[in-house]
Amino acid sequence: MKTHTSTGSLATWSGYRINPVGLVSFCVVLLWALVALFAPYIAPHSVGDMVDLDYFGPMRPGLWLGSDYLGRDMLSRIIYGTRYTVGISLAAVSIACFTGVVLGMTSAVLRGPVDMVVSRVLDAMNSIPSKLFGLMVVAAVGSSIPVLILTLSVIYVPGAYRFSRSLAVNIDTMDFIMVARIRGESLPYLIGSEILPNIVGPVLADLGLRFVFIVLLLSGLSFLGLGVQPPYADWGALVRENIGGLPFAAPAVIVPSLAIATLTISVNLLIDNLPQKIRDRSAS
Amino acid sequence: MTTRVPSLILGRLFIALVTLTIVSFAVFFATTLLPGDTATILLGQAATPEAIAGLRTAMHLDEPALLRFFYWIGGLFQGDLGTSYANHMPVATLIGGRLLNTLKLAGLTTLISVPLALTLGITAAMWRRTLYDRVVTIATIGIISVPEFVLATLAVLVFAVYLKWLPALSFTYQVDSFSGLLRAYAMPVITLTFGVSAQMIRMSRAAVIETLNTPYVEMALLKGASRPRLVLRHALPNALGPISNAVALSLSYLVGGVIIVETIFNYPGIAKLMVDAVSTRDLPLIQSCAMIFCVGYLILITAADIVAILSNPRLR
Repeated sequence: MKTHTSTGSLATWSGYRINPVGLVSFCVVLLWALVALFAPYIAPHSVGDMVDLDYFGPMRPGLWLGSDYLGRDMLSRIIYGTRYTVGISLAAVSIACFTGVVLGMTSAVLRGPVDMVVSRVLDAMNSIPSKLFGLMVVAAVGSSIPVLILTLSVIYVPGAYRFSRSLAVNIDTMDFIMVARIRGESLPYLIGSEILPNIVGPVLADLGLRFVFIVLLLSGLSFLGLGVQPPYADWGALVRENIGGLPFAAPAVIVPSLAIATLTISVNLLIDNLPQKIRDRSAS
Repeated sequence: MTTRVPSLILGRLFIALVTLTIVSFAVFFATTLLPGDTATILLGQAATPEAIAGLRTAMHLDEPALLRFFYWIGGLFQGDLGTSYANHMPVATLIGGRLLNTLKLAGLTTLISVPLALTLGITAAMWRRTLYDRVVTIATIGIISVPEFVLATLAVLVFAVYLKWLPALSFTYQVDSFSGLLRAYAMPVITLTFGVSAQMIRMSRAAVIETLNTPYVEMALLKGASRPRLVLRHALPNALGPISNAVALSLSYLVGGVIIVETIFNYPGIAKLMVDAVSTRDLPLIQSCAMIFCVGYLILITAADIVAILSNPRLR
């Protein structure tokens, strides 16, 4: 995280330049996004087709990533799994960050009892371990994709709230906010046009980080068999259903693990290496 | 000079208590108010309406949720955790030994990861921007970015499949000899240690580097102090507070970590119990396990905050 301070002086005159590590990780993230978008066009086989006579087949031409525990093509299953992992996480992170950021800015502007109550309740929610919360909801209502998206977003609202509130409180003490208040501007205008533009950079970086957390939690739940349910499978579920191949190091269990790792590590590295101008767009 | 520390700590403990109340509220309502009628689940689809109504009355299910919440909390305080739906045993009996197993796992992980992580974190800060520091930093980012089950899978691949040093599953009943104990705990502890240490290394490295950037450390550097002396003698004493805070926070990672690790290695701990309870929808068991996890988590984050208060000299 702190390894790139030496490029700080460079970044002052070319603020939007991205370093090689950031560029590579951006490309990996972009690649997975494209895979998720165009899954039906690039998958060589249908997800359910049993194309291999053997199970846990090795990598070979035609079946580039081997076959799974039923002899289905692993490459196609990974490609379709991308849709679930990336899609669900993206939906959840959007809801979580939108709600959290709006609440955070509102609390910072309104202050007083509203701020105190919202902060206390969300802090309390933050002290329920995230995996536990997921487990409880699944126990109570069962697991379906809408429930997963909603649960994941509820879990990460408090974090987004805390982060955006702390940024917004700093902005709120500025003179131009005072001027806007005296002009009699409404709450939506204050948070949308005065505060948001000043915190949008760090908020977007935070969104990326939260995306990683959500991918990790979703994969974890799916791995426990409580996330995405068959016949659909995200990457976590793919690891779960092929865990039997672990003793002979089948690609069917290693490749989905690697897929998760490449996505989350590159999002993390991308955020760490974001251009300085984007990261520092806060007047703190 | 008056001290504000006791009142600050009391305030923090009070907040923890309020939080615990809200959390127990959330746990109770998440598990009981959501759809799915308990009596129907218990008796099955074929039960007569009369039987279901009888059971509902017997279990106080007809009473307002708020009242049931107080019954439940009152029971918890008296050590009555309720009866399991699945096998009609008292929840306290089911949890007892399992909790001890999980605490052993967590304790062992703490014993190994704290010295390991602090050594790596502090030395990485000491030799900042060297190859060693780069390697440590990149490795920790890699480990943090990966779900626990991927770490566990990798650990099994390396130690059980390729090296054949350890069994892939954990069997705690073979613990009569020292080597047996070592083999049973090795895989879960290795996996957890990786996760916890990575967090701790990152945070302790950042804490030491922050103190290294202060003027008095620069003064020591100008005086000609060596790097190890600079870090160990000048920076470390002042970074102890943030570091212990980091230790407590990283240990809270254990709460999420054991859920995955106990499941994957079939370890008979409380997290495995809870995951099994989720698949059988055994609500009293889930509630009690959830409360234990929440209390453990809350203790760790409150401890982290109190350490931060105690170590801030400006508050003394």
